[in-house]
Amino acid sequence: MLARVENLRVRFPTPQGWVAAVRGISFTLGREKLGIVGESGSGKSLTARALMRLLPRHAEITANRLEFDGIDLRDTSERAMRAIRGKRVGLILQDPKYALNPVMTAGAQIAEAWAAHAGGGRRAALRVALDLLAQVRIRDPRHVAGLYPHELSGGMGQRVMIAMMLAPDPELLIADEPTSALDATVAAEILRLIEDLVSRRGMALMLISHDLPLVSHVCDRVLVMYAGRVVEEVAAADLTRAQHPYTRGLLGCLPSLAKPKPMLATLARDPAWGEP
Amino acid sequence: MRRVKAILATLGSVAVTVFGLALVTFLIGRVVPIDPTIAIVGDHAPPDVIARVRLELGLNQPLPVQFLIYLKHLFAGDLGHSVMTGHPVTEDIARYFPATVELATTAIIVAMLLGIPLGVLAASRPGTWFDQWVRIVTLAGQSVPVFVLGLILLLVFYGKLGWAPGTGQQNVLYDGMVPRITGMLVVDALLDHDGEALWDALSHLALPAIVLAYFSLSTITRMTRAFMLDALSGEYIITARAKGLSGARILWRHAFGNIAVPLITVLALAYAGLLEGAVMTEVIFSWPGIGQYLTVSLLNADMNAVLGATLVIGCVYIALNMLADVAYRLFDPRVR
Amino acid sequence: MTTMRDWLLSDAPVSRRQAAWARRYRGWLLFRRNALAMLGLGIILVLILGAVFAPLLAPADPDTPDLAMRLARPSALHWLGTDELGRDLLARLVYGARVTLGMVICVVIIVAPLGLVVGSVAGYAGGWLDRVLMRVTDVFLAVPQLILALAFVAALKPGIASAIIAIALTAWPPYARQARADTLRIRNSDFIAAARLTGASAPRIILRQVIPLCLSSMIVRMTLSMSGIILTAAGLGFLGMGAQPPTPEWGTMIATSRAFILSQWWVPALPGIAIFVASLAFNLFGDGLRDVLDPRQG
Repeated sequence: MLARVENLRVRFPTPQGWVAAVRGISFTLGREKLGIVGESGSGKSLTARALMRLLPRHAEITANRLEFDGIDLRDTSERAMRAIRGKRVGLILQDPKYALNPVMTAGAQIAEAWAAHAGGGRRAALRVALDLLAQVRIRDPRHVAGLYPHELSGGMGQRVMIAMMLAPDPELLIADEPTSALDATVAAEILRLIEDLVSRRGMALMLISHDLPLVSHVCDRVLVMYAGRVVEEVAAADLTRAQHPYTRGLLGCLPSLAKPKPMLATLARDPAWGEP
Repeated sequence: MRRVKAILATLGSVAVTVFGLALVTFLIGRVVPIDPTIAIVGDHAPPDVIARVRLELGLNQPLPVQFLIYLKHLFAGDLGHSVMTGHPVTEDIARYFPATVELATTAIIVAMLLGIPLGVLAASRPGTWFDQWVRIVTLAGQSVPVFVLGLILLLVFYGKLGWAPGTGQQNVLYDGMVPRITGMLVVDALLDHDGEALWDALSHLALPAIVLAYFSLSTITRMTRAFMLDALSGEYIITARAKGLSGARILWRHAFGNIAVPLITVLALAYAGLLEGAVMTEVIFSWPGIGQYLTVSLLNADMNAVLGATLVIGCVYIALNMLADVAYRLFDPRVR
Repeated sequence: MTTMRDWLLSDAPVSRRQAAWARRYRGWLLFRRNALAMLGLGIILVLILGAVFAPLLAPADPDTPDLAMRLARPSALHWLGTDELGRDLLARLVYGARVTLGMVICVVIIVAPLGLVVGSVAGYAGGWLDRVLMRVTDVFLAVPQLILALAFVAALKPGIASAIIAIALTAWPPYARQARADTLRIRNSDFIAAARLTGASAPRIILRQVIPLCLSSMIVRMTLSMSGIILTAAGLGFLGMGAQPPTPEWGTMIATSRAFILSQWWVPALPGIAIFVASLAFNLFGDGLRDVLDPRQG
């Protein structure tokens, strides 16, 4: 088992008292492709970031178990966490426009990710960066390596992001809405690229998205989250047989070309879904 | 090409600002209740002398013509004569300005070396006692009048402890001993390889420089902190943390790297702001700089000197702003 | 039975008035948690009360010299001692609050509306009007405030009135800049477009829609600039270009007693402390106010 999470809770202090964002989540993750689906605010990103201990300072995390590869993440020192972040777990964020440092070149940012863990010289790091840029199918790595983030298109930026996170060769890649900021055609390419690289390197993938069909297409197993809880866990192949009304409702809302409807369906929410 | 255009546009707006500044000083000069003629020839001059001087000064011409004459003189570097010293104002300013530059430069270096790390560290741990402490110290620095701080330091370090020498730029013993090269005494003593004079100059410089440094330290620290808080909330900081980088590298390379260029603007403004603080400091410490010159001229109603000094300080201010702007264009990849 | 507090904190205000007061009350709750800001507010209130009731509070007449009592140490008769002419220092400090606060209020009353109008008109109109007005602010911003104020006072005649005019003339550009930036942000909003569609004239939109939205950042800038005005006013007084002796103005008091710094240090130090405390109070208050009203600014 790569990751084991039991009864994970995340809450934030506000002037009106504590607000719970993740309310008792449990799951395990092997060398597989796990999808986490849910609407914004359902706690899916926080769950993934808790696994890297990348939550804001004021967030309070509790769990009965929060392990990565047998390491208890609840009381690991910041120094020990740094050996896990990047090196063993990579994180791809949503929008490269904001997630890349605007005043560092693409090449420097990739080289830095490699050098932080491998500790090689500048020149070796740059060579690795160029090689990685080629691996994420960038045609002219030498040129792109010298560009600043604002000079990159969205798709290119996300490729740089992927190259950066692959640099230290992690075992688990967490992709947090990696295609939501991209055009539909570019998104498909990026997703294929991630899928391909993950399979080839034998990594585990945690794909976070609000897009249920997309996740089920890529992943082996899907967690459906609602209001800080997992309401359903289902093998991707069995998605059509999902039980929970929220999952069924989501599937029912999808427009289909084969069976067009005069009106788009909307989701009728039941307050009971949010209860334990 | 785009960059050339941008720089030309900056130069254009600078020219307009300088023109406006000249207009303002000209107008101030014309509303003075003291007749400039009297200032030159004295109260008891015969009427025909007054009339002749008025004609020479162009004072019976319409205002716009007078302004053109004023501009013409400005371009020739002629700010008129100081009634007090009898020298051309430009000559006086050239004599007094280096001392101010010496003082302000020392102050800005101290303020920068302390203020930037303080601001960065405060922003990296907001809400802690350290952050609160920095907040109080900097707010106090923005609230204490420069002349009060100067007097108190003089009282404590000169009057009570005897650690610092008194006012002035050097001990009278060394007066005229160091050949004047740059006009900045510390630099001149260095160039002259005169260790004793150098030590004397430095010890005289210490207190006024500390007063001025505290003055701009507050601004620099507070701006650095605000910029850093903004940078640290960026998504790319999460990326940097996810890469497993060390806290120091995230703080200095990633967050500070993003504010370094905007900070240049703050530093330029702080340096320019020191010219204001210098007026008070120089009065308290009898520092022979442009602030001292300005205030003494004020008390003697020597308007040519006052307006000349104002104009020069304004131009330095504008030039510093322009440099900051150019630096921004040169160093920040986002606007390049 | 609903209390005032419940009415203010209601989730569902029934009137605009209730909503407006609820917002102010929440702001106050947030402000109250900032101990330093509350300290600033407290000091300001004490200063205002001191200034208003100066004749009642002052233990002696601030202007009556008593040469037999020159530079007396603090005692039961003169709590803070006397100055170089034997005048009671405490009385002069209390009356000094009147002079200083009076100058601050006069400057702000001139400057804030001027800056607000210039900035919002420039921002809303755009084009050549904007360019001309902003060039003018550039010129005024191009010289340090104190130095330009000195030049103005020199041209007028040293005194409180000239000092107020000079400070006002040099203090308005930052207000105009701020108002313009706010206006530019507001100008393209949908509700401005809506107001325009209903046929509202430009002056009406500026007055009714734009200016009210600029007010909160304007108030923050006002409180923060008050400390600067106090310092400039005191600086002018110290240089002999502001209030003239025997007016009990703090900066002027320091100037006349400066020579005694090494012997009777408290005589120049006390007005210095007064300036520092007053200026610090406005800074603390403005800093806390900014956190509440204008969280976008650093």
